[in-house]
Amino acid sequence: MSATAEHVEHGHHDEGFVKKVLWSTDHKVIAFQYMVTGMAMGLVGAAMAYAFRMQLAWPGSEVPGFGIITPDVYNALVTNHGTIMIFWVAMPVLIAAFGNYLIPLMCGVDDMAFPRINRLSFQIFLLSAVVLMVSLFVPGGGFGGAWTAYPPLSAQELYSLTPMGSSLWLVAVALEFVAFLLGGINFVTTAMNSRAPGMKALDVPLVVWMIVIASILFMASVGPLIAGAVMLFMDQQVGTGFFDPASGGDPILWQHLFWFFGHPEVYVVLLPAIGIAGEIIPVFSRKKLFGYKTILLTAIGTGVLSFFVWAHHQFVAGIDPRMANIFTITTVLISIPIAEMVFLYIATLFGGSIRFTTPMLWALAFVAEFLIGGVTGIFLGASGSDIYFHDTYFVVAHFHYTFFPIAIIGTYAGFTYWFPKMTGRMMSERLGKVHFWGTIIPFNLTFLPLFFLGAAGQHRRIYDYSSFPELATDPLQALRVVATVALLVMLAFQVVFFWNVFKSLRSGKRAEANPWRSNTLEWTTTQTPPGHGNWDELPTCFRGPYEYSHPDRDEDYWPQNEPA
Amino acid sequence: MRLPFFPEAASSYAHNIDNLIWLILISVGFWGGLTAATFFYFLWKYRAKEGVKALYVTGKDPRHKRWVTIPHWLIIVCDVFIIIGAIWVWHKVKQDLPEPEQTVRVIGAQWTWKFVHPGPDGLLDTDDDIRTTDELHVMVDTVTHFQLESEDVLHSFSVPAFRLKQDAIPGRRITGWFEPTRTGDYDFQCAEMCGIGHGLMAARVYVETPEEHDAWMASAPRY
Repeated sequence: MSATAEHVEHGHHDEGFVKKVLWSTDHKVIAFQYMVTGMAMGLVGAAMAYAFRMQLAWPGSEVPGFGIITPDVYNALVTNHGTIMIFWVAMPVLIAAFGNYLIPLMCGVDDMAFPRINRLSFQIFLLSAVVLMVSLFVPGGGFGGAWTAYPPLSAQELYSLTPMGSSLWLVAVALEFVAFLLGGINFVTTAMNSRAPGMKALDVPLVVWMIVIASILFMASVGPLIAGAVMLFMDQQVGTGFFDPASGGDPILWQHLFWFFGHPEVYVVLLPAIGIAGEIIPVFSRKKLFGYKTILLTAIGTGVLSFFVWAHHQFVAGIDPRMANIFTITTVLISIPIAEMVFLYIATLFGGSIRFTTPMLWALAFVAEFLIGGVTGIFLGASGSDIYFHDTYFVVAHFHYTFFPIAIIGTYAGFTYWFPKMTGRMMSERLGKVHFWGTIIPFNLTFLPLFFLGAAGQHRRIYDYSSFPELATDPLQALRVVATVALLVMLAFQVVFFWNVFKSLRSGKRAEANPWRSNTLEWTTTQTPPGHGNWDELPTCFRGPYEYSHPDRDEDYWPQNEPA
Repeated sequence: MRLPFFPEAASSYAHNIDNLIWLILISVGFWGGLTAATFFYFLWKYRAKEGVKALYVTGKDPRHKRWVTIPHWLIIVCDVFIIIGAIWVWHKVKQDLPEPEQTVRVIGAQWTWKFVHPGPDGLLDTDDDIRTTDELHVMVDTVTHFQLESEDVLHSFSVPAFRLKQDAIPGRRITGWFEPTRTGDYDFQCAEMCGIGHGLMAARVYVETPEEHDAWMASAPRY
């Protein structure tokens, strides 16, 4: 149990607003902070996408709200859009917000194992976000060397022309890593050591397992990149030559350090989203999850395999060409556990009683859209075809079909599903569905054209294609306009989401303790939303989390805390 | 057959890459389509109906499990074919360099492409070398080696019509090859972020008949 002395002392007394917001050690408050910060950063990232997509559709014209987009601004926008969406949106929301909220509640305890480390984690994260925002406004402008920050471009101001921007960007990323190392220690320790009596390892809900595995992957892969970040920072500021060939360094070294982290990082954010879908799909199809243990093993398998695929990002980067043969095998093999997971989710739907609530629609959309992201990855993992597709818009389309389902669809799935527990109010189903279709349809119209542009040979990170006659054609420009217009529609529909949240908080229907008739322990808290300490008397666990429609029972669910 | 949206192939190995892409497209199209069809069929078939309770299926029964494991093994078989195809094509394009009939040097610099052509004597680094910026001249149906260098940051030598891409790294000379099969001129892109002028770093490859090439060599300025 994680009842720290601090909690016992504090009891339930009121805290001042500042103290509550910045100094709280309650896992639910910290989860809320991560969620709000992550969503706010999501709006920043979306605004950047708006600006550079406008430039691509109507090059050189004034973008409303931004003005003329010059090449240096364009580069800073695409660089920081990528950085923000991965490190300041996907990670804080999926791992930190849902991890903090769900792990103690789903494991039936009162808080995280290390509440004060948890608080420190968020404070460092907030600092990292501030540093990143500052980096956009320093003299010389924000860093524009792509989110992968390949040296020598990122290492020398002579080449990047952003002397302060590149260093602050690097510092922000490094601080974010520190925050998530602290968070990861907490998630793993809490799930391993603090569980309700009776909750065996295989009684733990899937999403908790996924966040734990993701945290382990993150902690195991980030070390080399933190070392790399220190070396890059010294190259920038001290004049060392770790990545400078003129001083005996090697720019490719950075790519290895970056992608050794960067590829597991994909699974760091993917696994929690898979976990969220894995909680929602059984509840709304009233079915036991098909092959819980197999899903767990495939997640672990994917995690282990993800450490041996990184060089598929570097096939044509100048590595020894023989290396590509090994990495193409490992990369294509990762399709096996991922396909298995998708199959098992579809098998869970078999024989179900499926209700299409808003959270269920999001969870199903996650599976369907991620399928497209998954299969298009094969074209890039196969070395022979990657020669053509590398660094084209095909890659951009592919990873948006993975990251958008992960970071956006996964977040909306979890948010709409746990909203009644988090706030004590139900969200509007009608507005929820308007928002769902208003996001999903334009999402596909935004990113499908990018596959075609990539097939036509359009390469990435170009602010204006008029220098390339084969790409400056009317049909291709029409595709760019379609993508941009669809993005505008999608962004406009996000207003519906915020309106729904706002309206539900003020006047939404009061939520019952367990509105979805779910089995897991977070729905059994003493109050809704749960108070400080979550339960007056901590629950005991009697069975696994997915016993829906059990033949021995009249009720179609069987809560984990209900004695047999 | 030409892939949708692809530029028309103009090098000897382009069709190898295109065929590999076809192989993958058909494999993942079949499996992805089947998976999506099953998914949507289940959503329709098992939608909630009044008074119908969901089945209790644990996933441990072999009769249920085989619906997942059999497709799974078939996918592994497809994976093996894709891996073999990928390595075969990769080996042909990147590892097995045929003997050169002409050699050019390609140098990336912020933000221009510089080319060194061998001139009439067919040798690089002699007095009759022809240096150009932003235009590369090669002969059709001729195995061409390129020596790729960079003066500052990473660049990438990419000609979509040739299905060719190779990053340039400062401090190294990377040798690769291509054999143009169609005369004409093609986009030559920088495909690796190289700073604020990245979007301007365009060049053109001119694939010429031997006669045209000789005429160009005679007229090109030496400096």
